Amino acid sequence: MRRTVPLVITLIVGTVLIVAEFVPHKPFGNLGDKFSMYFDIIAVFAFILGGGNLVRVHITKISRKKADWPFSAVTLAGFALVLAAGLFKIGNPGGIRGDVAVVGSLFNDLYIFIFTPLQASMFALLAFYVGSASYRAFRAKTVEATILLVAAFVILLGRTPFGLWLTGGFTGSWEFLQVPNLANWIMDVPNLAGQRAIMIGIALGVISMSLRIILGVERTYLGQDND
Amino acid sequence: MKDRLKLVVFLTVIAFIIQATVAFAQSEGETADSVISEQPVTPPPKPVIVSGEDIPNDNGHKLKLNWEYPAEWNDSIVRFEIYRADSPDGDFRRLGEAAGGIFSYLDIGSKKKDDPNYMPNDQNLYYRVDAVSKSGVTVQSEIGGPFQTSGQWFHKGKVPVLIGVVLFAIFTIYFIRSARKGKDLYIRPLAGIEAVDEAIGRATEMGKPILYVLGIGGASDIATIASFTILGRVAKKVAEYQTALTVPCYDPIVMSVAQDVVRSAYLEAGRPDQYSDDLVFFVTNAQFAYVAGINGIMVRDLPATNFYLGYFAAESLILAETGNSIGAIQIAGTDQITQIPFFVVACDYTLIGEELYAASAYLGRDPLLLGALKAEDWGKAIAMVLIIVGVLATAFGWDAFREFLRVNL
Repeated sequence: MRRTVPLVITLIVGTVLIVAEFVPHKPFGNLGDKFSMYFDIIAVFAFILGGGNLVRVHITKISRKKADWPFSAVTLAGFALVLAAGLFKIGNPGGIRGDVAVVGSLFNDLYIFIFTPLQASMFALLAFYVGSASYRAFRAKTVEATILLVAAFVILLGRTPFGLWLTGGFTGSWEFLQVPNLANWIMDVPNLAGQRAIMIGIALGVISMSLRIILGVERTYLGQDND
Repeated sequence: MKDRLKLVVFLTVIAFIIQATVAFAQSEGETADSVISEQPVTPPPKPVIVSGEDIPNDNGHKLKLNWEYPAEWNDSIVRFEIYRADSPDGDFRRLGEAAGGIFSYLDIGSKKKDDPNYMPNDQNLYYRVDAVSKSGVTVQSEIGGPFQTSGQWFHKGKVPVLIGVVLFAIFTIYFIRSARKGKDLYIRPLAGIEAVDEAIGRATEMGKPILYVLGIGGASDIATIASFTILGRVAKKVAEYQTALTVPCYDPIVMSVAQDVVRSAYLEAGRPDQYSDDLVFFVTNAQFAYVAGINGIMVRDLPATNFYLGYFAAESLILAETGNSIGAIQIAGTDQITQIPFFVVACDYTLIGEELYAASAYLGRDPLLLGALKAEDWGKAIAMVLIIVGVLATAFGWDAFREFLRVNL
């Protein structure tokens, strides 16, 4: 019963949504959008679940003095501070009835002056990681890696003014040898062909996965096997 | 000094004369304009409504109104105002406007009866178009209509998609039935899947935990659902080997489902006592805060094996490079094309695109799931044939084939 009911619901809803894709008339038109809305409504309540889990996991860590428990204390303190700032609208110029994210409120200050710079810092790390990953990927140890290196070099050069300056002398029928043109060709022909091949595979994979779920063949995501 | 003073005075006088001349010229122009505006204005001609086309392949409530207007008056018309009523002598309601030089208007009405913009299907609708000239003169067209909108029961532009889906479904059902009857199906091996056992075994030998990241997708993302199924297989093996497992989650619903999947896997493996809700926990649903949290777990716990399977965006390389720096064996898989290169570079094994969806079937070796995979392979073969035929058709100008496969959304 624990798995049969979800399987029947999946079969009915999945089939109806496939039909809705091909039938624009009422009541099928926009059914997909409506189901998305239902999902969003459920998702809102799930945040209580997430917050509860976060508090429980970290309180357990602190109370049992597990390894690195001070990090948990910092997490809980941050969680409590932002929650209080948002719920009680601390420092809000409009008082308790004002907009939660209004300029001047503690909640807005925490978000703008602490959270946003921290997020940006994490994102900025990507530049260094791209550098280290490129260094490993572009070492010309094999034929494939050499091709990758050459392609990357052409594209990097082609995306800078230096590339045009360097090869701007190729004109007329030799214009295709200008590095920006070579870079565009690599992006538009071999790169795009590879991407489309992967996309076709993904599309078929999505249909196959969806059919497996709708037909009830794939049921690991439902959890326990024994009814 | 005196010469300089003279020069300054001279320049000031010259500047004053120029300014006075310009001001006089402007005032003359204004007088001339006012004289022109006082002349009698020829009224612009009426717009002529020629058609009202129901938009095809929709649920109705949409109509494209077309009108004609003499080309020589195009520059004189500022805008056309469009009005609609239920009857020729009814109350015409202003819908919107089109700029001068544009001779059509898409009327998107409301489906709700209590909405002032309600547009009923299968009922007569009448339109009027007013041309407004630059001089402010408004000329009304004759009433156009009756026109009707209607909803369609089938989207004709999606016929090729329907044929594809039906064919694919037939293949899938056929191969699943074949597999059920015991037919041996050959499936191409995937290095990333073959390495799963090895990766779990490595973590067990080293006595270190396994980190499983489901990505930043929601529970309704197909990549996340595929990842749930792989998590179930991985968790079962982890439970059998009695290795530690950590599953930090980005989404509370994903966390809830993942907890159930892992709990069930431990139960199936006969080790329910080893399961704890602390294995699968919520971190945050802020993208880079989530990355920071997982990177912290990695550098503190030093997992021997990292799985990144699901929906990933910009955080993919930050995660994979951190995992690489701690020497973990890494298996990744995503359907996000832009992130695949990052995983290929930084991970030991990468499941590319649809391999992510196939992984659970490979791991489970369930004949029914393998049957579905076989259908997928056949689908790819047909796609390849269609691509080749499509290229030939385009090259030789066989437009009928190309038009047959065209999808009009």
